[in-house]
Amino acid sequence: MAESRRDAGRATSEHEHATPASGGRSVSGSGDRMVLRTTVFSADDLRRAHTRIAHEIVERNRGAAEVVLVGLHSRGPAIAARLATAISGFEGAQVPVGTLDVTFHRDDVGLRPLHPAGPTAVPVDVTGRVVVLVDDVLFTGRTIRAAMDAITELGRPRAIQLAVLVDRGGRELPIRADFVGRNLPTRLAEDVRVRLVETDDVPEDTIELWGPEGSGEEADA
Amino acid sequence: MKHLLSIADLSRAELDELLDLAASFLSVTQRETPKVPALRGRTVVSLFFEDSTRTRLSFETAAKRLSADVMVFSVATSSVKKGEGLRDTVATIAAMGIDAVVVRHAAAGAPHRIAEWIDASIVNAGDGRHQHPTQALLDTFTITQHRGRDLSGMRVAIVGDVRNSRVARSDVQALSMLGAEVTLVAPPTLLPETLEGWPCTSAVDLDPLLPDLDAVMLLRIQHERDASTRFPSLREYTARYGLTEDRARRLRPDALIMHPGPMNRGVEIAAAVADGPQSVIGEQVTNGVAARMAVLWKLLGAGGDVV
Repeated sequence: MAESRRDAGRATSEHEHATPASGGRSVSGSGDRMVLRTTVFSADDLRRAHTRIAHEIVERNRGAAEVVLVGLHSRGPAIAARLATAISGFEGAQVPVGTLDVTFHRDDVGLRPLHPAGPTAVPVDVTGRVVVLVDDVLFTGRTIRAAMDAITELGRPRAIQLAVLVDRGGRELPIRADFVGRNLPTRLAEDVRVRLVETDDVPEDTIELWGPEGSGEEADA
Repeated sequence: MKHLLSIADLSRAELDELLDLAASFLSVTQRETPKVPALRGRTVVSLFFEDSTRTRLSFETAAKRLSADVMVFSVATSSVKKGEGLRDTVATIAAMGIDAVVVRHAAAGAPHRIAEWIDASIVNAGDGRHQHPTQALLDTFTITQHRGRDLSGMRVAIVGDVRNSRVARSDVQALSMLGAEVTLVAPPTLLPETLEGWPCTSAVDLDPLLPDLDAVMLLRIQHERDASTRFPSLREYTARYGLTEDRARRLRPDALIMHPGPMNRGVEIAAAVADGPQSVIGEQVTNGVAARMAVLWKLLGAGGDVV
C-alpha cells in the first residue's frame, strides 16, 4: 500500500512523540528496515472490538443519553462514527459525534513539524455531558492530555472518558483508557500501524505491529 | 519558513498551508474561549515605525489568541525620537530575548534588513510601497472563503492608489498564484510606471469592467504619500473611480466588495456600499486575525513544512 510520509507521521498517533529529542525514529525513517511482527486486529476482530466497546460505553454510563463521542484526528472521528452507529443499533439512541484537533494544545510545539489534521467540531454543548474521547492508539498519553485541555475550553463536561483500539503502553503521563480494544505492550522502536477503510484508502481494516528487522521475534501471526 | 517578508517568497504549497491554517484559526476565534495555548512562552514584539491601529491591533490580538506574550514598541514615545538608529533599536529588542518581530516601516526593505541583523522571525507588516503580505493573505483568504481555493478565471479589480499601494502589490502576487485575473484600475498618474513582472493587467476606466467582476477591492487615497496631488480633485476621483451606489448596482449580485481599511467613506467607496450586503469589509477584519495567527504559528510553532 502506498504510504505517504504524512500518513506515516499520523499513522501511529503517538508513536513518534515519545521522546521528542529522538523523534526522528519513525516508520518513514531511514534506519532499520521495518518488518511485520504480527497482525493485531483483522477486519473481523476490529468489528467485534467496536461492538464490545460500544456496549461498554453504554453500560458504564447507564445508557447513552448524556454521552458525546469525540474523535481525535486523524482516525478518531471514523472510529467514533462507528461506535455511534453501533450504539444506535442496539440502544436506539443517536449519540452525537464530534471531532477534535489537538495540534494547538500539544506540549511539543516547535520540537517537530505539527499541522492541524482537521477541524474541531463538536455539535453539542459538552457542559454536563460525558465526553468519550476516541483515538486509535494510546501511547505516551500526551495527545490525550492535549485533548482534555482542548475539550475543557469548549465547556465543562461532567466526565471525560477515553476509548482506544490499541493501548501500546509507554505512558509518560498519568493517563489510562476506560475502554480498550486490546492491550499490546510494545517497544519504542516498534510501530503500531492502523489502517481504516475511511481514512487510509484500504479495502479493509487492519492493525499491525511492525518492528525493526532482526531485533526481535519475527511475525508469529 | 523563518520569516514572512514578501508574498513573492511563498511557494504555492506554503500559501495553501497558510490558508488552511487561517481556516483552522478562524474556527478557534469563533469559540467561546477564542484562544489556544499554542505559542505559550513565545514573545512577539510589534515594532511599528509608521502609524497603524488596525494592523497592529490585529497582530496583537492574533498573538494573544495563540497565548504568546506581546511587547509593544511604540516608536512615538521611544528612543527613536531621541535619535536612535534602526539597527540599535532592533539590537536592543533582540537582546531582551524575543521570538518574532512584527515590523512596519516607511522604507521598503527595512524588514529584510532587520532579518539579517537578528535571529528572531520577522513578519513584514508593511514596508513603504513594497509589500504587506499579511494583508494579501487575509484578502485572499476572504475570497477563498466565498469562492473556494481555485480562483482560476476569477476577475478581481483593485481600484485606486495603486502606485502607492503595498497592498496592491502583495494582493496581485497572492491572487494570481491561485489563478485569479487581477486588473489594476486607476488614473494613469496613480498606476505604476510599468507593469513589467506583474502578473496582472491595468485599466484607466472602471465602468466597462464592472459587470464581469467577481471581486472589487477599493484602495484608500494615501494623502500621506502624495496621492492627492496626482489628480485634480477628490470629487473628480470619486466621480470616475469611486464605488458609488450606482456603480455597485452594476456589479454582479455575488461580486464581493472589499477594502483593506481605513476607509474614506464618500471618496473611494460610498457609505451605503461599504455597509451593503455585498461588502465583506467586516469579514476582512475578522479574517485578518485568523490569517495573522496562521503566520505566527507557521513561523514559531509549526516547526517544519508539510510533507
